[in-house]
Amino acid sequence: MLITSPAFKQNAHEALADAQLQKAMGHVRSGFIDKRSHAVEALPEFDALRDSARAIKDHTLANLDLYLTAYEEKVLAAGGKVHWAETAAEARGIVLDICRMHDAKTVAKGKSMITEEIELNDFLEASGIRPVETDLGEYIIQLRGEHPSHIIAPAVHLNKEQVEADFRRVHTDLPPERDLSDPASLLGEARRVLRQKYFEADIGITGANFLVAETGSSIIVTNEGNGDLSQILPRVHVVIASIEKVVPTLEDAAQILRVLARSATGQEMSVYTTVSTGPRRPNDPDGPDEYHVILLDNGRSSMLGTEFQEMLRCIRCGACMNHCPVYHAVGGHAYGWVYPGPMGAVLTPSLIGVDKAGHLPNASTFCGRCESVCPMKIPLPKMMRHWREREWERGLNPTAARTGLKFWAWFARRPALYHLATWLAFPLLAVAGGRKRRFGFLPLAGGWVRHRDMPAPQGRTFMQQWRDRDALKQGSPL
Amino acid sequence: MEPTPSSRTGRPNVGLFVTCLVDLFRPSVGFAAVKLMEDAGCAVDAPMTQTCCGQPAYNSGDRADTRAIAEATIAAFEGFDYVVAPSGSCAGMLKKHYPALFRGDAAWEERARAFSDKVHELTSFLVDVLGVRNVAAAVPGTATYHDSCSGLRELGVQRQPRALLASVDGLKLTEMAEADVCCGFGGTFCVKYSEISNAIVEKKTANIEAAGADMLLAGDLGCLMNVAGKLRRQGSATEVRHVAEVLAGMTDTPPIGGR
Amino acid sequence: MSAREAILGKVRKALDASGNAGRLDNVWDRLMEAPAGIIPTRAQLDPEARVELFCRMATQAAATVARVAGEEVVPAAVTAYLRARNLPAKVRMGGDRRLKAMPWVNERTLQVRHGPSDGDDEASVSHAAAAIAETGTLALFSGKDNPTTLNFLPDHHIVVVDAADIGGDLESVMRLARARYGKGEMPRTLNFITGPSRSGDIEQKLLLGAHGPRALHIIVVDG
Repeated sequence: MLITSPAFKQNAHEALADAQLQKAMGHVRSGFIDKRSHAVEALPEFDALRDSARAIKDHTLANLDLYLTAYEEKVLAAGGKVHWAETAAEARGIVLDICRMHDAKTVAKGKSMITEEIELNDFLEASGIRPVETDLGEYIIQLRGEHPSHIIAPAVHLNKEQVEADFRRVHTDLPPERDLSDPASLLGEARRVLRQKYFEADIGITGANFLVAETGSSIIVTNEGNGDLSQILPRVHVVIASIEKVVPTLEDAAQILRVLARSATGQEMSVYTTVSTGPRRPNDPDGPDEYHVILLDNGRSSMLGTEFQEMLRCIRCGACMNHCPVYHAVGGHAYGWVYPGPMGAVLTPSLIGVDKAGHLPNASTFCGRCESVCPMKIPLPKMMRHWREREWERGLNPTAARTGLKFWAWFARRPALYHLATWLAFPLLAVAGGRKRRFGFLPLAGGWVRHRDMPAPQGRTFMQQWRDRDALKQGSPL
Repeated sequence: MEPTPSSRTGRPNVGLFVTCLVDLFRPSVGFAAVKLMEDAGCAVDAPMTQTCCGQPAYNSGDRADTRAIAEATIAAFEGFDYVVAPSGSCAGMLKKHYPALFRGDAAWEERARAFSDKVHELTSFLVDVLGVRNVAAAVPGTATYHDSCSGLRELGVQRQPRALLASVDGLKLTEMAEADVCCGFGGTFCVKYSEISNAIVEKKTANIEAAGADMLLAGDLGCLMNVAGKLRRQGSATEVRHVAEVLAGMTDTPPIGGR
Repeated sequence: MSAREAILGKVRKALDASGNAGRLDNVWDRLMEAPAGIIPTRAQLDPEARVELFCRMATQAAATVARVAGEEVVPAAVTAYLRARNLPAKVRMGGDRRLKAMPWVNERTLQVRHGPSDGDDEASVSHAAAAIAETGTLALFSGKDNPTTLNFLPDHHIVVVDAADIGGDLESVMRLARARYGKGEMPRTLNFITGPSRSGDIEQKLLLGAHGPRALHIIVVDG
């Protein structure tokens, strides 16, 4: 996938002018937020569970090597296979090997951000294997040749008319006069078309919300049921998961499950929470014959032990982007890579480099709403600031911004000079503001006055007046 | 100048952290803050050695300059019982981020912690520390209140300004939708990403207009200048003021950005 | 060096894990003891209140719920459900002994087929291993008793659960799994099911019946 994060500003510019996108983003603003807030209010222990969930992940990360090997041992004992991949390319190679071993033509996929991260679909297609996305949102964007714009609602940037047009374009064997005017008819059509794909698929690929070290299980949390059909109908189930998905026990998974669905969609619990362990057992009438897990690093181990370690607690619920005013304004594609919103602003520089993703941690007002709703209490603004520090150290910021800031800081560090300069300048600026008490144009403030007026200062600065008041009080001449 | 020790006056000795925006753009907010605290029985002074809390540098990743500014600020306020700022953003910087800035620094960590313990945002200082329930002000009209992000989420400022506004004679408070959502200011964000900032502030001004109030109030001058600038550009009739001006009854000065 | 050794090596280096012998003991203790964490008080109820909460939460999740007096009336309840929705009198079920012991022969019009679903069944009947009052969730273990395909392929999934098997919290199912399969062991699939399949992927409008069942009907058996 082409990384367009360096063009974030241009992406944002286009997104703001995209009427379809702006209409679709209205659904995010209203839908997710209210639902989450009702679910949270209905569970008095919610905040305590957030602390519990955070502690579980912190403990796991501090012992990640041990939990990974414990997990591996249990997968093998249950008859599964474990593959380790340091990079995206290695992970893709392992998937291809498994496909080749089974002479696979079609792969059914459950929704998985990690397969987006490793760009699995393009790779499989280039290798002559057909990947079929089965999650409704993923299916829609696959038809459009797009990438998800949201980590749990991949097609949130689209309106139903756009989906209808895509279905008519692709499902050409269906009667053209059929009614597809409402979302229910679109869902029904996708259900019928995809049902056959599960049976045709040789291999099913899912991600994992959790890997459980105690039992060697992978857990997926879904609402549609496609992730389940993708893993029980094909002969082979392949799980791709990054190494930080491991948790110690089923009880630990239960703690985090309680905050996951509520934070993501405002449900008490998602419809399907599925715990999968190994292949089908000798007497099982259904389920896959083979079970593979690909444990992917792809940059995670480099975040351990750094100021970005806490990001590895992320459970991909999407609450941060659902509550982000910048995400609401520009949508997910503007971020230019796989992970959008606040979690993407922290994670993307870690995975593709801050030189490419430098805009992302900067494009935040630090309003803190993301951190306030994060079920894992990840200090997202703090980590965005850490990225800004790295950029500053490496001199990656635009020269004008650096110079301006250094100039200002030079004065701010010297109170006497600072007050002298401001006492001269601001009364003049006040006069220039005139009777309207604002500016519609101001040199060096183009970014501001392009969109809004600049309120003029009142006149003499506070400190100037305060010194006078003090002097008056003490009866000494000025 | 040396602040008067509280033992001598018997009154809480408050250092006013004016904030650079109030100092430069809207001194009336500083004087309103002084009046409110003096009315509540405090001795207030504003040391001349203060400039800015350092957020522009801090949020740009420039830790060295931030530290230098923070050290000067801490030193400037060391003699006071309390440090109060008419801004949730700056108070949040002083209270939450200064200790983080000096973490692991033997010489400064304790000083920074002692300093941050004394820091309060103005309205929460009045309500939570001084126990003020009523202010002596009369301002006729309807107002809607915008919760500035740092004050709300870093310091829990939400009910305090509303409680005090409820005691203003003739003032009716009406809530807007999404009062707790960012206005798009974000310090340098609003110039670096001005188009996105503009999209965010447009949602804010739409919510303000829908609330049908005569006045928009908030506790942070950054947000207020942003919103006022947008409202004026849009030709709105809604006036914009800092909450302290209304609480102090000092509404004779023209509103932010004029009318 | 294998990818496995490379990854574990990087992790150990980043964690500065060398010479910290206590780590292994901590990890082992946690895996063996599986401490429970915070359990919501919501479902810490007496058995009857627990059943009521389960029914309420399941209904809230868009499932339909019927309470019946005993196992002997379950087949009639299944027939009644199918008839009320104008569905063919046909169901598919696995080899669950409790289901098998029920008087299906009394339902003369009802055709009962056994085994996993081939995708052509309109309705299936499963027996849940347990249920969770906290969230209105069913727990089903895979196996020939209750094939997993029955949970997903038919349009209507009818699940029988004994009132006595309705626990308060998610953890009650974890304990049951350990008791049934052994510590650290699991069946191939444990399905937690909370309401019928749904999607909100088009304009955030929530629609039931995405890829799994359009309807989930729960029969709670008292006594």
